[in-house]
Amino acid sequence: MNPNTTRRTLCALALFAATTGAALAAPPAPGDSIYQLDVPLTDQDGRPLALDAHRGQPILVSMFYTSCKFVCPMLVDTIRDTTMALSEAERARLNVLIVSFDPAKDSVPVLKKAAEQRSIDARRWALARTDAAHTRKLAAVLGIQYRAVGNGDFNHTTALILLDSEGRIAGRSTRLGKADAAFVKLVRQALKQAAPN
Amino acid sequence: MFNPNRLRALPALALALAAGSARADEGYVSVPAGKMASVLARDANEAPTAVASFSMRATPVTQGEYLRFVTAHPEWRRGRAPKTFTDPGYLQDWRSPLALADAGATQRPVTNVSWFAAQAYCEAEGARLPTWSEWELVAAADATRRDARADPAWLARILGWYARPAQALLPAVGSAPNLYGVRDVHGLVWEWVDDFNALLVSGDSRSADDADKLKFCGAGAINLQDKQNYAVLMRIALLSSLKASDSTGSLGFRCVRPLSP
Repeated sequence: MNPNTTRRTLCALALFAATTGAALAAPPAPGDSIYQLDVPLTDQDGRPLALDAHRGQPILVSMFYTSCKFVCPMLVDTIRDTTMALSEAERARLNVLIVSFDPAKDSVPVLKKAAEQRSIDARRWALARTDAAHTRKLAAVLGIQYRAVGNGDFNHTTALILLDSEGRIAGRSTRLGKADAAFVKLVRQALKQAAPN
Repeated sequence: MFNPNRLRALPALALALAAGSARADEGYVSVPAGKMASVLARDANEAPTAVASFSMRATPVTQGEYLRFVTAHPEWRRGRAPKTFTDPGYLQDWRSPLALADAGATQRPVTNVSWFAAQAYCEAEGARLPTWSEWELVAAADATRRDARADPAWLARILGWYARPAQALLPAVGSAPNLYGVRDVHGLVWEWVDDFNALLVSGDSRSADDADKLKFCGAGAINLQDKQNYAVLMRIALLSSLKASDSTGSLGFRCVRPLSP
């Protein structure tokens, strides 16, 4: 092998190792993947959570804030209804991540309380927070709009987003209330396409 | 470790350093805290928007400066930046990933950059994109007044820019400064802001029977107040229509950071 190629290969390998950390087996996320974005999340139990922690399986992602009285509880109910439309085997493989717009008020204990109040399944669901700058970036990759309106409330679009096993947006639903049948179909497809874990 | 890519980048780096230094010296100017009636008012809260002090780049980021950035940060070069963060138009006016279109480009504002790319640039110099309110506070000033927006002559001058046909090549940065010492706020390029994607969020969510209404949550709608200020409203309309990975030939950016003590 020519020495130049060797050096280049070594550089590439070093870069690869640096960007993927311990997960040496995983190739870099595709260019159109949300997982290109590194978001240091913390879940309702105070555990650090990587945005791509569930890479390999599809995931439902959305954003909310806990002091929201009306739409946000409905969002949680809609996600639950969506997962209940799946078979038990399908449901067992589908993770849910809901990230707060309001990191200033949604501390870990506040998220924990919300998780308990809404009786979410903590094995599959995470209510998470990150810093303000990463919140804005995450909303940007997800195409979710939000703006603080000054009295503790946020105006925001509500969307339920399906990421495929590689973190690409595979579906989006803005319907609240009952599960959106077309969206459930997309979730099923994404689960089918991913290898069972 | 020897990296052959680095060697190739050296001439471009030297060029960028030589060309960009004059502008870099000019740096940031301070903007004291202020209150202003934003064109974006909230229906429940029409009090003036309070903006904390900050420092802002006196000029939009130039192509020369952006070239230095991509030289130091290969992951942001055209062709390497991921699709999630940039669209196919990213830096499309450059001759190659490390070469501007021509020598005169160094002093022109960089455009064809996505919101993510603009954020990354600002972060690399310990800064961030301004919020809409910060930008709007600065944009309300003329050379002598903090808020010139009630002056029809001033508004007409700004609107004149929108009436001019787009030029094939943007002029260099560095038009006359406003009261804060900030240049090119009007008349050169559109500018990304941190909260670009939330400016027109409106609607109310009190009833469950309308799917459209349910897209929104919060105290209520943001209404556009000062309808006279078309120039600023056009900015809002443009920014609201964009995705964070989009880029256009007339959209650039500048950065802000906290005032140094």
